[in-house]
Amino acid sequence: MIGKNDIENLSKLARIELDEEEKKSLAEDIEKILSFVEQIKEAGGEIQTEPAVGKLRNIMREDKNPHKKGIHTEELLETAPEREGAYIKVQKIL
Amino acid sequence: MIDLNNLTIKKAHQAMKAGEYSCLDLTGAYLNEIEKKNPKLNAYLEVFTESALKEAKIADKKFKEGTATLLTGIPIAVKDNILIKGKIASAGSKILENYKATYDATVVKKLKKEKAVFLGRTNLDEFAMGASTENSAFGVTKNPHDIERVSGGSSGGSAAAVAANLCLAALGSDTAGSIRQPSSFCGVVGLKPTYGAVSRYGLIALGSSLDCIGPIVKNVRDAEIIQEAIKGWDKSDSTSLREVKSQKLKIEKSKFTVGVPNIRLTDGQIKSETLKNLEEAIEKLKSLGYKVKSIELPNLRYAVPAYYIILPAEASANLARYDGVKYGLREKGENLMETYFKTRGRGFGPEVRRRIFIGTYVLSAGYLDAYYNKANAVRDLIKKDFEKAFEEVDLILTPTTAGPAFKIGEKSADPVQMYLEDIFTVPANHTGLPAISIPYGQAEEMPLGIQFIASHQNESLLFKVSKDFLGEKD
Repeated sequence: MIGKNDIENLSKLARIELDEEEKKSLAEDIEKILSFVEQIKEAGGEIQTEPAVGKLRNIMREDKNPHKKGIHTEELLETAPEREGAYIKVQKIL
Repeated sequence: MIDLNNLTIKKAHQAMKAGEYSCLDLTGAYLNEIEKKNPKLNAYLEVFTESALKEAKIADKKFKEGTATLLTGIPIAVKDNILIKGKIASAGSKILENYKATYDATVVKKLKKEKAVFLGRTNLDEFAMGASTENSAFGVTKNPHDIERVSGGSSGGSAAAVAANLCLAALGSDTAGSIRQPSSFCGVVGLKPTYGAVSRYGLIALGSSLDCIGPIVKNVRDAEIIQEAIKGWDKSDSTSLREVKSQKLKIEKSKFTVGVPNIRLTDGQIKSETLKNLEEAIEKLKSLGYKVKSIELPNLRYAVPAYYIILPAEASANLARYDGVKYGLREKGENLMETYFKTRGRGFGPEVRRRIFIGTYVLSAGYLDAYYNKANAVRDLIKKDFEKAFEEVDLILTPTTAGPAFKIGEKSADPVQMYLEDIFTVPANHTGLPAISIPYGQAEEMPLGIQFIASHQNESLLFKVSKDFLGEKD
């Protein structure tokens, strides 16, 4: 049973603000979805940690020939919500 | 007047080469159609009128110089989760509403190299989560065959644009059926390539072990042309496939076997018309000389439930990057933590929030084995079912969807009903297999589609049999 406490805990973990009404409707939806996906408990299969498809391969390159310093700086900074000079501006962390 | 309705990439190429019309004429013709029909359909979120006309002129120059390739000057649409440098890539979300891409996706780079013309970016369910485009933050895309119905999703904008002659070809992405299902709903052809055959670099990530980019087009040959152009190993995608074997296939039909899994009326919400249509497709294959055989895929019924564990888990991790700091929306709070909560709370729509919560739940301490690891074990069982099936058959045939395009609003209230839309398409994502949806049959006066699934990297088989089935000449 997914209760209001569980939803509030998930909201904290996922860092998503919710209003009271949505806490209720999300609890119902998640309850419904979880009971649907729980069908897989009837299936066989060995629990494993390796993925079935999409194995990642490290792609290495020589540590040389870097791109010219600063050529992407401006276009990347332009996408930031707030900046100060060549820095992305955020609120105080500590 | 250019006959857009019967146009193919090859025909357009030949006409431009022969000087029957210029690329500027062709691009203009599509822009006109867009202006007429898009306000009603909402297939495009943005039309690149100015840059498209500029690209058309460049393409015309290539034709004059005699350096044009097959895709030079072909007007295409791009799903709005694939990056085009300097253009907005919203992913159908408020959180990226004003985000401008800082680089080209590999597929876009490849098409730019051929001097294709980019007409605009097409609508989708937010972050490609959905089967109807009803989850787009920018409104639903209506089906060109009946505007009271959905175009399917998540690549609904791309499929509707192709079906309504608002582009000659389009790119979509497919994580559980998002290319094939809307293609089926709109009566066009959609290909989900082998996982890793086409680079995912520059595709806004949803479920990284499932996502594929592929073409949505009017006919099978066009799918083949686009696929040839966009595939290939890419150093920027660590799951990209290095070897793509190109097979010259001579099909000896008397030995060629198409497998059909046993589908029951109780599977998902399958309609009787869909089953009847499948029977007709089987008869047609037989009359063309193929052998048809019934096969068992015993774990198929777990494909959708396993997906709705794996996908939310991967999506919740992938979407953690949208925090209001580096790019995208920022909803400022009293402190940084509050800014995160507000930005993500207001920037993400209801379905995205739902899936992030499910993903967060199944990945939380103590639940990993019960959900995510178990789902991956099931995924492996499904993969083995298919491997076994391909020992006996060369291709697998299924309906693409349970029924024709549904009415707008019909399924949006119940997430589980919407999830069951993926029943026939999601197995190819679990297994990484290539699959194509081609238009065949009708129900409720709407198009239906059938799906062929091939073994890994055998797209050429899909093209060959699909063309034969539809009576399409090269």
